[in-house]
Amino acid sequence: MSAPSRRAMLAQAGSMLALASTPGLAATGPEFPFPGGNGARPLAKDFPQKGSMVLQRSRPPLLETPFTDFDSGVFTPNEKFFVRWHWSVIPTEIDPASYRLKVHGQVERELSLSLSDLAGFERIEIAAVNQCSGNSRGFFEPRVAGAQWGNGGMGNARWTGVRLRDVLDKAGVKSGAVAARFSGLDQPAVSEGPWFRKSLNIDRARQPEVIIAYAMNGKPLPMLNGYPIRLVVPGWYSTYWIKTLNDIELLDAPDDNYWMKTAYLIPDTPHADIKPGQAGVTMVPINRMVPRSFITNLGAGAKLKARANATVRGLAMGGDCGVAKVEVSADGGQTWSDAKLGRDEGPYSFRQWTAKIGMPAAGAATLAVRCINTKGEVQPDKANWNPSGFMRNVVERLPVTVI
Amino acid sequence: MAAAAMAAAAMAAPAPVFKSQTIELPADAAGFPDGPNVKAVTQNCLACHSADMVLDQPLLPRATWAAEVTKMRNVYKAPINDADAALIVDYLAATHSPP
Repeated sequence: MSAPSRRAMLAQAGSMLALASTPGLAATGPEFPFPGGNGARPLAKDFPQKGSMVLQRSRPPLLETPFTDFDSGVFTPNEKFFVRWHWSVIPTEIDPASYRLKVHGQVERELSLSLSDLAGFERIEIAAVNQCSGNSRGFFEPRVAGAQWGNGGMGNARWTGVRLRDVLDKAGVKSGAVAARFSGLDQPAVSEGPWFRKSLNIDRARQPEVIIAYAMNGKPLPMLNGYPIRLVVPGWYSTYWIKTLNDIELLDAPDDNYWMKTAYLIPDTPHADIKPGQAGVTMVPINRMVPRSFITNLGAGAKLKARANATVRGLAMGGDCGVAKVEVSADGGQTWSDAKLGRDEGPYSFRQWTAKIGMPAAGAATLAVRCINTKGEVQPDKANWNPSGFMRNVVERLPVTVI
Repeated sequence: MAAAAMAAAAMAAPAPVFKSQTIELPADAAGFPDGPNVKAVTQNCLACHSADMVLDQPLLPRATWAAEVTKMRNVYKAPINDADAALIVDYLAATHSPP
């Protein structure tokens, strides 16, 4: 068995490189191997309540989890959890005493709930992956505009909160309500700009796993992750997980606001995959996540011993259901063998996996990993493409050197 | 869905404690590099977002940059006048487009 060298582990997927140790200096970060380049990013250490993060954008903050951090376990530490805001006017001050969550629209009783009111509902805990719709967008080819994420626009946490359904029941949803629309304290930078608001149809909103969370991994949410409360929609992309949630409006017609009707749309095709320029495609709001898996203990260019077993470890997710199986390959995906699955934290969580795979003779080799979820869906061998760069879940491949 | 119901287990955890919080966000890490019309770019674009939002994009053709600027004006309501919009597209095409 060949343990990866310390150097190889530090040279994580996309060359996670030298950390500058002097505070205040811009630290060198990863250089993502994006098609066409421009993948170098600095590390930022000066965002409040956050550790060292890949700086994708200062304002509004867009911070990516350094990929090496995913090797530390199945839950992503709060201070390393990715951050993404749409508008630059974001809450920097929270007074819990005056904070209110309003529930209005098609309800029998309008509510204005304090945080203590919310704490009075039954407490629920659920492990769930939160992943940006555009996670891994930088790998799209041809490239598309948008946040140029590597693979770290995702994280997994144990969320604690109360069922959305219980709050809706307290308000009494009228029979004519078709959707619940959520908004938070972030505001458009320009007053006429579209407020960031997202909706779930009423059946989705009432599913028992959808919660209003006030804690992640047993601690309060970091401000940049939505303190004091955010929506958690297990199995669905994070565009629905509204941060600093302060307003729920029950609608009597489908939501036609910009963020539902125009933005965050995917082609209604298998894998949300179309050809660049393809016409006549029906577009629908992005929704459920799909299976993915990653190697976390080795980086690109890791050196592994020839004709020996290498230990490979990583994370997998089923999407909107559990992980049934993870398979690994040492020959770029021609032959596969089963990985051993770690502890099951629930269907919406990351699942850690480990495998020992036999390495070939010395030379270049390509490791690959794929997840099959409990619905029988397997990660596709070919990358999808759509104009917004959403829903990437191609089988991940990692070039290594066998010595 | 049964699996979902089982995953969401009721807990006997202590009630949450909420404290007042105030944060300060860091200054923008980067500005726009020199180029034709950089003044128009700086004066308009930085009102809503930092420069790295643009600088981190792949090299995009002029038409794509023009569409992005149009989107900033029409969708996000950035108050950019016609003359400045043209200057901004020129800057982006000159500094951040494929050769």
